[in-house]
Amino acid sequence: MKQPVLIIASLLFLAQSASAAGIPEPRRIELLNLLKHDCGSCHGLSLKGGLGPPLTPTKLQGKPVDFLAATILYGRTGTPMPPWRPFLTNREADWLAQQIKEGVQ
Amino acid sequence: MRMRLFTIIFLLTFSPLLNATEWRGTGDLGVVVERADGSLQVIETTGNTILGRIEGLGDLSHASAVFSRDERFAYLFGRDGGLTKVDILQRKVAARVVQSGNSIGGAISQDGRLVAVSNYEPGGVRIFDAVSLEMVADIPATYGDGKQSKVVGLVDAPGNRFVFSLWDAGEIWMVDMSDQAKPVVRKFMDIGLQPYDALITPDGRYYIAGLYGEDGLALLDLWNPDKGPRRILADYGKGEQKLPVYKMPHLEGWAIAGKRLFIPAVGQHQVLVVDTDSWQEVGRLDVHGQPVFVMARPDGRQVWVNFAFPNNDTLQIIDTQSLELITTLKPGKGVLHMEFEPRGEEVWVSVRDIDRLQVYDTDTFSRRADWPVLKPSGIFLTSRAHQIGL
Repeated sequence: MKQPVLIIASLLFLAQSASAAGIPEPRRIELLNLLKHDCGSCHGLSLKGGLGPPLTPTKLQGKPVDFLAATILYGRTGTPMPPWRPFLTNREADWLAQQIKEGVQ
Repeated sequence: MRMRLFTIIFLLTFSPLLNATEWRGTGDLGVVVERADGSLQVIETTGNTILGRIEGLGDLSHASAVFSRDERFAYLFGRDGGLTKVDILQRKVAARVVQSGNSIGGAISQDGRLVAVSNYEPGGVRIFDAVSLEMVADIPATYGDGKQSKVVGLVDAPGNRFVFSLWDAGEIWMVDMSDQAKPVVRKFMDIGLQPYDALITPDGRYYIAGLYGEDGLALLDLWNPDKGPRRILADYGKGEQKLPVYKMPHLEGWAIAGKRLFIPAVGQHQVLVVDTDSWQEVGRLDVHGQPVFVMARPDGRQVWVNFAFPNNDTLQIIDTQSLELITTLKPGKGVLHMEFEPRGEEVWVSVRDIDRLQVYDTDTFSRRADWPVLKPSGIFLTSRAHQIGL
């Protein structure tokens, strides 16, 4: 009897983190628009790459979400990748990194 | 009487045909890229209206177009490597090939017979027959120990040549297509780090590549190619803290007004003014944000500037004589591109985030038209057909 409760609890926990860690829906739409169009100006609208590298799940295999989030926030020295920290919270960067890892439609 | 009868018969016979085909020229037409939907809107600049949509053109983020010399066909270069020949009169696809995995732009040859595409993946340039879109030449941008570079800044040049830059290799290549069967490639090495885009001056003489990886620009005099490329504005930006760049500037729009060249500063909220005799910097103008396009009105009297994220809701207009700001416009979030009508009385502006296509009077700055268009980006008018480098 205990086990199902645990499962439900962990499912709830997962569901919560999947619900974008408290990022409200309108902001998520804004973030996806930013990803598609502003990140997309270098990485391609469908994130398959441009002057910047592709950001597809296959290409990002082995790159942890933390690493991706840090790249988004602080940029990459020696490359044109700029820091997006002025426009994003840590939580939003984490969420974006997760979206990219999972593959955005 | 007989004449009248003839006229009546003539009208009865041909007027339905005339009505059905609506004979018209194409000199006042253009296309607007709907970047998210893979479609084009065909526009006309006499009444400032939208004529219709052409769909199914693939990934059009960063898409651009050139025109056949009869101004009937647009060649559209998509991000996904798609090269599409569009009949803008009939508003349908005339031919289409997916010629690479990832491409960035293209050009049409001086004689109008060849269309070249610059590719990121596989890095290089491919050249196609303008009628059939059959491949005529494949030029991989090979450098170092066999790697292939992404290619940027592809333009047409007099002498049926194409000129382009290698982002990864730091080279400029010139391809002479006088003999289609035997392309002659000439390479200029060590032009600088990471050329990210280039322009050719409207007279077809100077090819100028912007460098992302270092300060300055590489200039190649196509009248004297033996002298090789030289560095100009090498001191520009030296010792200054550059701001992060949220959108790469575009150089196609670099504005030449009289003897002055107006160019976007990389990583600064400035427009640089360069004397085209000495190629020295003669001034810097503070502007609203990091410029993306700096474009001269066709008469060269004004320069219009749009900006990178997060300042991309604004347009600024500069007087090229006094170098003073004339006015600031706020079309809305996501001002991506501007295209002047050939004589400059109006300019078309795409505003991506609010899904609008706007037309401004360049004298009064009043808005003449405002159309709903889905995520508009590049605007290309058929008058480009007769301009070197466009």
